[in-house]
Amino acid sequence: MSTTINTIQDLTNQEYKWGFVTAVEEDTIPKGLNEDVVRLISAKKGEPEFMLDWRLKAYRYWDALEKAQGEPKWANVKFGPIDYQNMVYYSAPKKKPSLKSLDEVDPEVLRTYEKLGIPLLEQQKLAGVAVDAVFDSVSVATTFKEKLAEAGVIFCSFSEAVRNHPELVKKYLGSVVPYTDNFFASLNAAVFSDGSFVYVPKGVRCPMELSTYFRINAAETGQFERTLIVADEGAHVSYLEGCTAPIRDENQLHAAVVELVAMENATIKYSTVQNWYPGDKEGRGGIYNFVTKRGKCAGRNSKISWTQVETGSAITWKYPSCILVGDNSVGEFYSVALTNNYQQADTGTKMIHIGKNTTSTVVSKGISAGHGQNTYRGQVKILKGATGARNYTQCDSLLVGDKCGAHTFPYIEVQNSSARMEHEASTSKIGEDQIFYLRQRGLSSEEAVSMIINGFCRQVFRELPMEFAVEAQKLLSISLEGSVG
Amino acid sequence: MSLLEVKDLHASIHHHEILKGVNLTVNAGEVHSIMGPNGSGKSTLAQVLARREAYEVTKGQVLLNGKDLLAMKPEEAACEGLFMAFQYPVEIPGISNAYFLRAALNAVRKYRGEEELDAMDFLPLLKEKMRLLEMDERFLNRPVNEGFSGGEKKRNEIVQMAVLEPRMAILDETDSGLDIDALKIVAKGVNTMRSKDRAILLVTHYQRLLDYIVTDFVHVLVDGRIVKSGGAELALELEEKGYGWTEPASAAAR
Repeated sequence: MSTTINTIQDLTNQEYKWGFVTAVEEDTIPKGLNEDVVRLISAKKGEPEFMLDWRLKAYRYWDALEKAQGEPKWANVKFGPIDYQNMVYYSAPKKKPSLKSLDEVDPEVLRTYEKLGIPLLEQQKLAGVAVDAVFDSVSVATTFKEKLAEAGVIFCSFSEAVRNHPELVKKYLGSVVPYTDNFFASLNAAVFSDGSFVYVPKGVRCPMELSTYFRINAAETGQFERTLIVADEGAHVSYLEGCTAPIRDENQLHAAVVELVAMENATIKYSTVQNWYPGDKEGRGGIYNFVTKRGKCAGRNSKISWTQVETGSAITWKYPSCILVGDNSVGEFYSVALTNNYQQADTGTKMIHIGKNTTSTVVSKGISAGHGQNTYRGQVKILKGATGARNYTQCDSLLVGDKCGAHTFPYIEVQNSSARMEHEASTSKIGEDQIFYLRQRGLSSEEAVSMIINGFCRQVFRELPMEFAVEAQKLLSISLEGSVG
Repeated sequence: MSLLEVKDLHASIHHHEILKGVNLTVNAGEVHSIMGPNGSGKSTLAQVLARREAYEVTKGQVLLNGKDLLAMKPEEAACEGLFMAFQYPVEIPGISNAYFLRAALNAVRKYRGEEELDAMDFLPLLKEKMRLLEMDERFLNRPVNEGFSGGEKKRNEIVQMAVLEPRMAILDETDSGLDIDALKIVAKGVNTMRSKDRAILLVTHYQRLLDYIVTDFVHVLVDGRIVKSGGAELALELEEKGYGWTEPASAAAR
């Protein structure tokens, strides 16, 4: 928490600063979605038969769903109809990304990541973080591969994993989020073009943080990436994703799927700093962030921990969840979701307790400013066999101004009477007395609000790796710009 | 030039006039005490001087070091050297005392064109001030005022004053809610802060704080006006005779 107040102040005066477009020649397929498009994507990626089959099954499932009922309607968000035929499903920088060297990556793309503060040239890299960079539909570079390989860790783009480790992909793909899971997960399964793949073998502690940076660049293009992380017995991995997009007037769809599998005694820590373009002050444009994230604690004593800081997107619809199958397994969810201007978020988690003595912790901090609408939706389910299960849920909402909204929908289902459940919830407004107190000590009203909000989010920020905690604080300040005074 | 000059100050809250023409001059190096019964407008005066926006100034002028205080925002007044110790210090959950105070000090230093202090420079300074106020170092990392006892909160206000080194310090009923030991510690802090460059304005209901702080002037505020001013002996007289004693004078002042 070392960001000084004046940095925050400088940042509060900025608007969305990642909104530029990179002029890069892209290989873009025509708009629209049908079986041929799915085949084309699969062919472009040189996929084996089993992948195409899986995609086609997913497409048919989705197509039937789309015709029958369209998107799910239960979320507390409003948006106009999405025309799935008026969207591009594959767009990649034309220069073929090399898997061996950064030299062959389009320099414009490299410059884009540099501008975003994600240098891909390894000598400039923050020590200890390996990055996979996904530009529109494809992964353009993965750093520190050799070093990771020495430890036995596989960290590569999804396409590469399909080519080089088909047995692992085949075994785990769809094992946590099947293609029939939900509308957007089906769509993703049909058309996903890339993403990250991580496999940490037995007993290996991944020697560095792994990170994927997603960038949407092309217009009228959906981004559908898929991440699969498998931590084998006793393995340990910490993974972070970040994301940005150019400022555009039309909405763009981002429908990702993340699957995590933790075997016996394995730990996966998954952190997200989500900063897709949120739309302008009037609510025009912005990303529809409809994402399915789920982890399975398959083995005994395994642990999956989700930390998310959601500041971007016009609409966020996501519930990073844990299925606690193994006895004594642990699921955690720490979330900060901020909605400003006309942003809408419906986010939370699901903790499904199946094994004995499983425990879960949910800490959700929702901040609503401007006309923002923020919904926490969480499910805690204790199944019959989950003797000795425990859950602690804390769900706090903070309102800034009087035009925003905070909503809470907790669902608790207990089928085993030995379960111990705790649920705490609060809704507060930033007090005039708090702001005045800080201003009397010399801070501007924006600095004061920023400080109060950072304090409100502290429980979540301290779960983030250090550099990202600092970035998250800065992001909150920027996202709140104009919401005070 | 006086450090603080209040001329015919009228102020209202929710269209209800509380201050009805306050005049007060405070010079550097002086300690003034404002005393008065409940509801006389003591705290309102402190809040107006600290620029709390809920109060509307309807008439009058206030100069802080020659500058128009009433044109300043609260943070500008703070950066110009005005500090108010709150009667009810506010809790800021999740923000440590040390982080908050460094941010405040750096805001003030930045305003004055001074270099900001990093944590390494700031911590020894803060620890020294805390020793002075006999506050445990564990308060450094505790969230601002959260879970503090009443007395700890008041002492924390004085720590802040000691760190920020204001030129004009206003203590709004800092003595209320303090036991005698805490009162002595607070008084010691205030006495240590006395200097020829600094003025202190104590707002208090009871005389007992003045047993430990030598005040140069006492002003009696009744119904939004200062009805009587004098030296330290006035406080003792008030203690003895009660505020009722000032009422004829108050009537005469009208």
